[in-house]
Amino acid sequence: MQPGFRQLASRSLHYIQRRGYAAGSAQPQDGIKQGVAHSLLLKRTAEDALRNPELAHMSAIDGETRKMNLFQAVNDAMSIALATDDNAVVFGEDVSFGGVFRATTGLAEKFGKDRVFNTPLTEQGIAGFAIGMAAVGHTAIAEIQFADYIFPAFDQLVNEAAKYRYRSGNQFNVGGMTIRAPCSAVGHGGHYHSQSPEAFFAHCPGLKIVTPRSPIQAKGLLLASIRDRNPVIFFEPKNLYRAAVEEVPVADYELPLSKAEVLKRGKDVTIVGYGAQMYTLENAVQLAEKKMPGLSCELIDLRTIMPWDVDTVVESVNKTGRLVVAHEAPKSSGMGAEISSTIMERCFLRLEAPIQRVCGWDTPFPLIFEKFYMPNMIRCFDAIKNAVNY
Amino acid sequence: MVPLKAYRVMDHTGTVLDSAHEPRLSKEQVVNCYKKMVQLHVIDGILYEAQRQGRISFYMTHYGEEAMIGTAAALEDCDVVYGQYREAFMLLYRGFTMDEMMNQCFSNDLDYGKGRQMPIHYGSKKLNFQTISSPLATQIPQATGAAYALKRSASRACVACFFGEGAASEGDFHAGLNMAATLNCPVIFLCRNNGYAISTPASEQYKGDGIASRGVGYGIDTIRVDGNDIWAVYNATKAARQIAVEENRPVLIEAMTYRIGHHSTSDDSTKYRDRKEVEERAKFDNPVTRLRRYLENKQWWTQEEEDQWRKEVRSSLMKSFSAAEKRKKPAVDALFTDVYDELPQNLRDQKQELQDLMKKYPEYYDTSDYASSL
Repeated sequence: MQPGFRQLASRSLHYIQRRGYAAGSAQPQDGIKQGVAHSLLLKRTAEDALRNPELAHMSAIDGETRKMNLFQAVNDAMSIALATDDNAVVFGEDVSFGGVFRATTGLAEKFGKDRVFNTPLTEQGIAGFAIGMAAVGHTAIAEIQFADYIFPAFDQLVNEAAKYRYRSGNQFNVGGMTIRAPCSAVGHGGHYHSQSPEAFFAHCPGLKIVTPRSPIQAKGLLLASIRDRNPVIFFEPKNLYRAAVEEVPVADYELPLSKAEVLKRGKDVTIVGYGAQMYTLENAVQLAEKKMPGLSCELIDLRTIMPWDVDTVVESVNKTGRLVVAHEAPKSSGMGAEISSTIMERCFLRLEAPIQRVCGWDTPFPLIFEKFYMPNMIRCFDAIKNAVNY
Repeated sequence: MVPLKAYRVMDHTGTVLDSAHEPRLSKEQVVNCYKKMVQLHVIDGILYEAQRQGRISFYMTHYGEEAMIGTAAALEDCDVVYGQYREAFMLLYRGFTMDEMMNQCFSNDLDYGKGRQMPIHYGSKKLNFQTISSPLATQIPQATGAAYALKRSASRACVACFFGEGAASEGDFHAGLNMAATLNCPVIFLCRNNGYAISTPASEQYKGDGIASRGVGYGIDTIRVDGNDIWAVYNATKAARQIAVEENRPVLIEAMTYRIGHHSTSDDSTKYRDRKEVEERAKFDNPVTRLRRYLENKQWWTQEEEDQWRKEVRSSLMKSFSAAEKRKKPAVDALFTDVYDELPQNLRDQKQELQDLMKKYPEYYDTSDYASSL
């Protein structure tokens, strides 16, 4: 956990992304241009960005957009949070100079060193500190440098933050705290710069777990998380920081928590994922629909991992009769298991095939074997095929 | 290694060693402190017995550490308190009633915590006392964060954070003190070094000079005090508060004391320490007796007043006790509320599931002891 190494990791991340690896293979396979750079999920015009019904409330004046990548959208959300709430502060390891992923760039200069500041290198301390600030009514936006390093704070998050309101009979709460942490694979992150620990936290009542797939989503969901009256862990897929670029509304807006989003309507099979996995699923759907003419897939971004939007997934599976769930985290006891068993309970009579889970293997996240570990396009495609051909 | 000396104002006969250090508290204030100490002692005695009789599930006494009430006298009501679990003196001093205490220990429908936590896990929004939780030392970095918030809101208040010498071995102690120092937080760390963490003597807890010697390493103003001397505790806390509030700096106070009682009602301390040693300590160096002698030296307290006060506390405690014991448990609904600010769908579903089960098997789900069913 040496900061020097972490900075090195983020710098080489930048380098590799410019070469285009994180954005997907340069060679189109089966005629499909893979990766974030070619995604149709990203809104490349202002008109596209604002067509979103969740943003329909924004007036024409508010309708201005600006091209941002994901770290800029996160930065913009925090800037708005600080500007609209004098009790809000941003802190963590190396956030003062802008953060190792640039997410806090310019905030210390704009809002002052007492509102955007470095902490000593202690994750349990950062989480505890955030809880304390929130417990006396302030807004704490804390950063854990990599989701892989959130485990020293596990006790503070699970035993303290999650139970604060319940155990005090609602005399006290830490609703004002949000923990941001870069998560997921990055191409070369190895064991400790790649993990997706959402399922550890999804097993803990009292916490909300949120993860965005794009800059528009990141800004709206982060602002909603900061202002939500519950402790929220906000996982940011770090390979999207620079790779995902879209037109983002400049205004102050929020996107709803615990609400999944149907990205593509379909009738034959429901595909559920979240975070960076959405781009792999987008490609898998393209491949499946190309290889199996007439097939129509419904693609859903869960967005909030806990409490998750059961109804939207149930409604979809009741229509399609088939479900594929995919995530980078290991399979056993991952979110896929939770979604599968809930859907089995709720849609038993409608299911026409076993629910397919496409996940990371039950191994630590490996360095040189990343491409064999990942629930990539071909594995997701194969699962779709298995579901529809069953 | 020469150990850091403990600051002391009066000896075990209640005689002030240097009158310049005697706090100028009025008779009324001193008598109030003493009465609260005795009150705590009486409450501990009765609740300990109540647990032995199976009437409450758990209890922890304060025997030997009653002089820590000196911290309460030195703080202001606006100061936020984080405790570990042996700090009911703070609540009593601030006006927590015996009714409120009994309601928590009996987990009845008036318990602020809605019956969700074990006995003695008190909390009071009104009295600025953050709710106690069992995991040790978690409150230390939290206190630091709360202090940072108080500094930002220019409230001229500080945070007082209590913990034992055992808890100081947790990583959160290190995190909390280092952050408080680097981020200039107005927080007073109050370590109750009573010689034992359950069965583990301090000699197996650390090798350095107690907890105080660590404060210096963090760049924190530190003092060790005689924790059985209420005036030493009071003076140190008063001075610490000044530093915290005026200069936005943390202070560490290590109060040397002795845990006379068992660790808790689940512990028999004779299994790991000599009963005679305990009895001798309780007799020779008792914080309650020490303050009583101080009062007697000033002729501010008599045996009659003592008998009268103990009787009074006992009888009103028994009233609170039986009233709390008779009350119903909280509404069953409180099982599901407050997990989040609002009930999410999964909890609405699960509440419905339990409701259906209770209807289906009423003989297995008797709710007559609860304020209301689901």
